[in-house]
Amino acid sequence: MIWNKEAECMRIGEREKLQLARMKAILKRTYENVPYYKKRFDEIKFKPGEIKSLEDIRKLPFTTKTDLREGYPFGLFAVPRREIVEVHTSSGTTGKPTVSGYTKKDIEIWGEVVARALTMCGATKDDIIQNGYGYGLFTGGLGVHYGAQRIGATVIPISAGQTKRHLDIMQDFGSTILTCTPSYALYLTEAAEEAGINIKKLKLKAGCFGAEMWTDRMRDEIEKRFHLIALNIYGLTEIIGPGVAQECDQKNGLHIFEDHFYPEVVSPETLEPLPEGEKGELVLTTLTREGMPMIRFRTRDITALRREICKCGRTLVRMDRITGRTDDMLKIRGVLVFPYQIEKALLEIKGVEPHYQIIVTRPHHLDEIEVQVETSKKLFSDEVRHLEEVRKKIENRIENSIGLRVKVTLVEPKTLPRSEGKAKRVIDKRQL
Amino acid sequence: MFWQKDIETISRKALEALQLKRLKQTVRQAWTNVPFYRDYFSKLSIKPKDITSLKAMQKLPLTTREDLRLNYPFGMLAVTKEQVVRLHTSSGTTGKPKAIFFSKKDVDRAADLIARCLIMTGVKKDDVLQNMMTYGLFTGALVMHYGAEKVGVLVIPAGPGNTKRQIALMQDFKTTTLHLTPSYALYLASVMHNEGLDPKKDFFLRRAYLGSEPYSEETRNKIEKFFGIDVYNSYGLSEMNGPGVAFECMEKDGMHLWEDNFIMEIIDPETGDKLPEGEKGELVLTTLCREAMPILRYRTRDIAMIIPGKCKCGRTHRRISRIIGRSDDMIIIRGVNIFPQQIERVLMGIKAVAQNYQIVLEAYDQMTVRVEISKDLFDGRVEHLVNLQNEITEKLRSEILVKPKVELLEPGTLPVSEGKSTRVIDKRTL
Amino acid sequence: MKQLKQISIFSENKPGRLKKITKVLAEEGVNILAINIASSNGFGVIKFIVDKCELAYQKLKQKGFTVSLNEVLAIELVDRPGGLFEVATMLSEKKINIENAYVLILGSRKKAFLIVDVDDIEKAKKLLKHENLRFFKAHKNVKRETV
Repeated sequence: MIWNKEAECMRIGEREKLQLARMKAILKRTYENVPYYKKRFDEIKFKPGEIKSLEDIRKLPFTTKTDLREGYPFGLFAVPRREIVEVHTSSGTTGKPTVSGYTKKDIEIWGEVVARALTMCGATKDDIIQNGYGYGLFTGGLGVHYGAQRIGATVIPISAGQTKRHLDIMQDFGSTILTCTPSYALYLTEAAEEAGINIKKLKLKAGCFGAEMWTDRMRDEIEKRFHLIALNIYGLTEIIGPGVAQECDQKNGLHIFEDHFYPEVVSPETLEPLPEGEKGELVLTTLTREGMPMIRFRTRDITALRREICKCGRTLVRMDRITGRTDDMLKIRGVLVFPYQIEKALLEIKGVEPHYQIIVTRPHHLDEIEVQVETSKKLFSDEVRHLEEVRKKIENRIENSIGLRVKVTLVEPKTLPRSEGKAKRVIDKRQL
Repeated sequence: MFWQKDIETISRKALEALQLKRLKQTVRQAWTNVPFYRDYFSKLSIKPKDITSLKAMQKLPLTTREDLRLNYPFGMLAVTKEQVVRLHTSSGTTGKPKAIFFSKKDVDRAADLIARCLIMTGVKKDDVLQNMMTYGLFTGALVMHYGAEKVGVLVIPAGPGNTKRQIALMQDFKTTTLHLTPSYALYLASVMHNEGLDPKKDFFLRRAYLGSEPYSEETRNKIEKFFGIDVYNSYGLSEMNGPGVAFECMEKDGMHLWEDNFIMEIIDPETGDKLPEGEKGELVLTTLCREAMPILRYRTRDIAMIIPGKCKCGRTHRRISRIIGRSDDMIIIRGVNIFPQQIERVLMGIKAVAQNYQIVLEAYDQMTVRVEISKDLFDGRVEHLVNLQNEITEKLRSEILVKPKVELLEPGTLPVSEGKSTRVIDKRTL
Repeated sequence: MKQLKQISIFSENKPGRLKKITKVLAEEGVNILAINIASSNGFGVIKFIVDKCELAYQKLKQKGFTVSLNEVLAIELVDRPGGLFEVATMLSEKKINIENAYVLILGSRKKAFLIVDVDDIEKAKKLLKHENLRFFKAHKNVKRETV
């Protein structure tokens, strides 16, 4: 099922023409209305008219989160403030948060792209969508809400947390689609099992999960426990919220809605554009946004772009699952490590629950990693000797994966904190 | 300023004719599509065609929250599931909540009613609304959000809590309009006061809508004075869309109830007899435009009166007074409806506690549940008691959605009680 | 050997409770040998070692108090530096977790006992059976000694 066949299955040549036209328009509008961008374009003596091909965008400077912080709150708006009808902010752990501003038209675009995403998960107007993303300033809840609204499905706005409610409603109302973070989905399966609920009897057929990084293994785990197809949604507040890209049932990458968001991949070290298929940092440019256009925004997410034909029929470029962030990246004893690599290694081993935490310390001038992993109930009640074997196995597997010795500690099931939103996987205790 | 001037100032005669027309449609729709109503009608031997005048409404049965509970989840639905676009829920006395269904038209109408309320209180397109009610299954935040969207103001979907951030948002975005509970407004005022902030000087606030909890005229004056704004009373209930059922206009002399969308009656809560204008009683509401879930003569359990006479603003929809109390034992804290029965049920499921408990409400939003422990199950271990305390707190929180303080008491401390008056001690001065 | 029992009373954390409890004991001629009060989150548990524990338990119960009676370890402490260290070492080696502990002193301060509340009293007694510890002998000492 495809929401917008015209846009999603457009011939590539035609789409490139559309993208170019939109790119020219947005650069002109941005130059004329956002003093911040005008200044930066003038600095490199760039005029919007100089864009003759899509690649010409490489001439332009990048926008980073720091720029957004400096422009807080209204500095990057391209329309008079009264045209902005909604704002969302992203958590400001360091300093001021950042704002995303939407005009009425932007809200419609948002609804459109999320509608595409939900449809890709199999949602139609006859479905019941149980929304477990947080509602409020976080874009997850309202974003999915707008998309579901657009499709005409029944939306149950539960928001994050309230596990008992989630389980009750799933059973009482026969929800067919679940939207929430993957770690929360996993938590719900645990809670359901504990409550003695027969998950097979639930009517859930698909899950639209995102807002945090998760592996294929994690996906397999969720699908196995929840008996549904678990697909990945991608987005970020600075660009629009959820709805920038969505995985289709081919499970082979996420289709970026590139008629609205122009993607590039650059090397996080040199910032040079990378060819198709090579992993690097995702950079996005909004092509249609009114309220707050973003030009070459560095997402900090690591991925690769692929243009091979997808069996689903969509011609939109695909991006790999996000396997890490440039700032997720840990440097341990000089070696670059992504939590993703550790998760992948862990989940290959039997008897291990997909609940783990990575603790990085520097006790004697040398970095140490400890990976705490929950064992399954069965394994935990096993002989100490057997536990020790498993522990060593995990240590070896991880060492093979990242090239570093780590200490693995097995912990009792259910002792690691569970999240209702994004799971906090890494605790870095080094005072860097 | 009017959002829908014609209907807001329609003549009484035309309004009543419109009400009758819509009532007939609603009754027919309920009778045709909702088995619960059909059964009820046949039990009372009435048919839709018997409703020939507004007076004939008296023949119709009263619907209670018990009926909604017994028909959970889909029993009150009047359209197909596919036509439902939104589900909201509201606390029920037992484990299950009440389900409220909306069709696309229902959502649109609810938004229109809110838009009337916003425009009525001077809101313009360039206003900034900070929506500090809880987003999610409660109707409070989302329905206001839909209405504000219609008007085109800037909505900050802040939700409640994180007061420091709320204050920062108000300053950064130059918020003009607040939507929050009275208890949170008082709390916000105290935090601002402690920080040395003067909203009259440092902020851009013009008005606030207070709802979800009953509060006094004194509290309104206090808030108006501290913030330097106009405070307008807002009334609604999830079963009737949520906020936007009745709202104060700039005269601040009673809340206009949108009579083209609801028929209101005041009844004696004991006898069920209809009471005249000016007399206090229980508010009963009938939906006139709802598609997905029409409700006839719903007992709100809120005590109020219809204010006789015309309002200076020119609107012909009559006004109701502030909500004076409840005719049941429901309590509201932090804007959340809680029934003592819910607490009782949770406690009954925990072995180590006896049957006797008390709920104490104080300050703006403090709830303490005092529970007597079971004599026989006391084993002398402090740790076990602490665990018990935590277990009770967590189970209650999961059920009532508000985290209470739990006090463990010796058996025999509390008076043996029958009713709400001894079970619930409300020390708040809202 | 008669077991040493401890009386535990659940009480709200407010003035006057201890007075009420000790009044009952005084009226019944019960002598208190040791007392320990633990409080948390608005309530407290008062523990006593008394000379007539069955009587005390029944009377307190009659008067409406929430009371329980449980067995505890009463390990003799040698009155010199290292006395407690030795006992603590023993308990640690046997992996016996101390839930609560306080001291009972008899008469002329010649004997002191560490009263220890443990999770599993039977297991603890088994583990300590053959160890070099001296325990409180109820009958013998109580009749003759007083605090």
